[in-house]
Amino acid sequence: MKVLVPVKRVVDANVRVRVKADGSAVDIANVKLSMNPFDEIAVEEAVRLKEAGAATEVVVVSCGVQACQETLRTAMAIGADRAILVETGAELQPLAVAKLLKALVDKEQPQLVILGKQAIDDDANQVGQMLAALLGLPQATFASKVIVEAGKATVTREIDGGLETIEVDLPAVITADLRLNTPRYATLPNIMKAKKKPLDVVTPDALGVDVTPRLTTLRLAEPAKRQAGIRVADAAELVEKLKNVARVI
Amino acid sequence: MSVLVIAEHDNQTLKAATLSAITAAASLGGEIHVLVAGSQCGKVVEQAASIAGVACVRVADATQYEHALAEHLAALIVGLAPGYSHLFAPATTSAKNVMPRVAALLDVAQVSEIVAVESADTFVRPIYAGNVLATVRSADRIKVLTVRTTAFAAAPGEGGAAVIESLAPATEVSASRFVSQQLTRSERPELTSAQRVISGGRGMGSSENFALLDDIADQLGAAVGASRAAVDAGFAPNDYQVGQTGKVVAPQLYIAVGISGAIQHLAGMKDSKVIVAINKDEEAPIFQIADYGVVGDLFKVLPELSRELDKLQQN
Repeated sequence: MKVLVPVKRVVDANVRVRVKADGSAVDIANVKLSMNPFDEIAVEEAVRLKEAGAATEVVVVSCGVQACQETLRTAMAIGADRAILVETGAELQPLAVAKLLKALVDKEQPQLVILGKQAIDDDANQVGQMLAALLGLPQATFASKVIVEAGKATVTREIDGGLETIEVDLPAVITADLRLNTPRYATLPNIMKAKKKPLDVVTPDALGVDVTPRLTTLRLAEPAKRQAGIRVADAAELVEKLKNVARVI
Repeated sequence: MSVLVIAEHDNQTLKAATLSAITAAASLGGEIHVLVAGSQCGKVVEQAASIAGVACVRVADATQYEHALAEHLAALIVGLAPGYSHLFAPATTSAKNVMPRVAALLDVAQVSEIVAVESADTFVRPIYAGNVLATVRSADRIKVLTVRTTAFAAAPGEGGAAVIESLAPATEVSASRFVSQQLTRSERPELTSAQRVISGGRGMGSSENFALLDDIADQLGAAVGASRAAVDAGFAPNDYQVGQTGKVVAPQLYIAVGISGAIQHLAGMKDSKVIVAINKDEEAPIFQIADYGVVGDLFKVLPELSRELDKLQQN
């Protein structure tokens, strides 16, 4: 069984971004970029499926600029076998990414696609669901547990009220939530090995996909900052303030 | 111009999140229709029909909609979509699952978690864990939107008298099946619509210690939440998580206990009216946004707080 794992290169989770003065974009010059944390969980899950004998090959894909090759190397250091970069400098919105991935799925014919539930930059939470729709495949989003056997996946999903378990026939699309696993640290030997693993580069044109954005960003702004309030000495003073000043109890 | 709002429910009760999505939809001024897709969901239909401002409730009542599986729901919504300019749904895990599938099948973009409607094609949404607000314009013929419910007041649940229309279920052969559910049972208010919330972080130390929060929650009529660290450590169930990728809350009062205040947590609660932080680390970032901070050992402060609240109730 082949598993395809799309990964996105994003501003690192620990960076606090700033909007450029003209409100046109987020300033990402000289900012640390990393693999989207949810995608790292997806890579780890695919590699564990391979280690458990349920998968035979793990292919990672990224869509974006040349520097995404670094992200793909990181995924291969975790244990993916080979990588594909869909290289473009164009702005890619979720629907366009889903279309690029569909073109690759049509070519590669994986039995399973696992990806992060959400990218921590645009916070859209769309690509997995859109990809499943375009492929006409079942989807199991926000997964916290995945069992693959006998041509189907049994997936426990994190939902608003608790947990839900569904079963999907393969091929299927799964999106990873936080508690699916804890990704391993890549070891130095594996980082070295990853440098020699195959990495193919294609373009949106070669895949026949129109990536024209559907949404135009008119402006970006930082929300009003909250000001720090006061320190209170103890619970008694806290209750007094909440009752008589804030009037919320 | 008519707009369709997808109702969130459990076949018995219409969720309050739907009322916020209706307020967002109503700001466009068009006729509002509500879709109730479920199984044996007659009570939900009645509740939806009485919401002020709803003109029509469209009902698909069939076993295949019982568990809101994305494949079935998306097929149904896509069939109805051509009659509408906008499709709205509250940004719950159910709608987050279904709506991008709908958008892709319609070949349109989705605008996720909008916090403001500027015009029929322009919306504001948070990105980067709420540290940036993006104003975006959609060029698509049908706008698919999920609504951050804390940003819109609930539409009045009474006073409406909508027409009810039955729909034939869509024929979708799905390769996905419901197996089971484990829902967290609680007598307390629902986290996302509670007026008061008390949340615990890694500092709580154990799931047993989380019970300290339960006592205060009961005294305040509050919901209990948790930081990601507390959920990852197994102190609290996943549905307690407040933050960028968990639930977004904006209660009148938010009490953060033993929570340091990572930006991912702040993303889920910084729009609360009054924020209280209880933490032994006086450098914890949570104090930078708290209206009232108590620097101290939560195992001393919480019992004291409980006693003070008792006193208050007795007076």
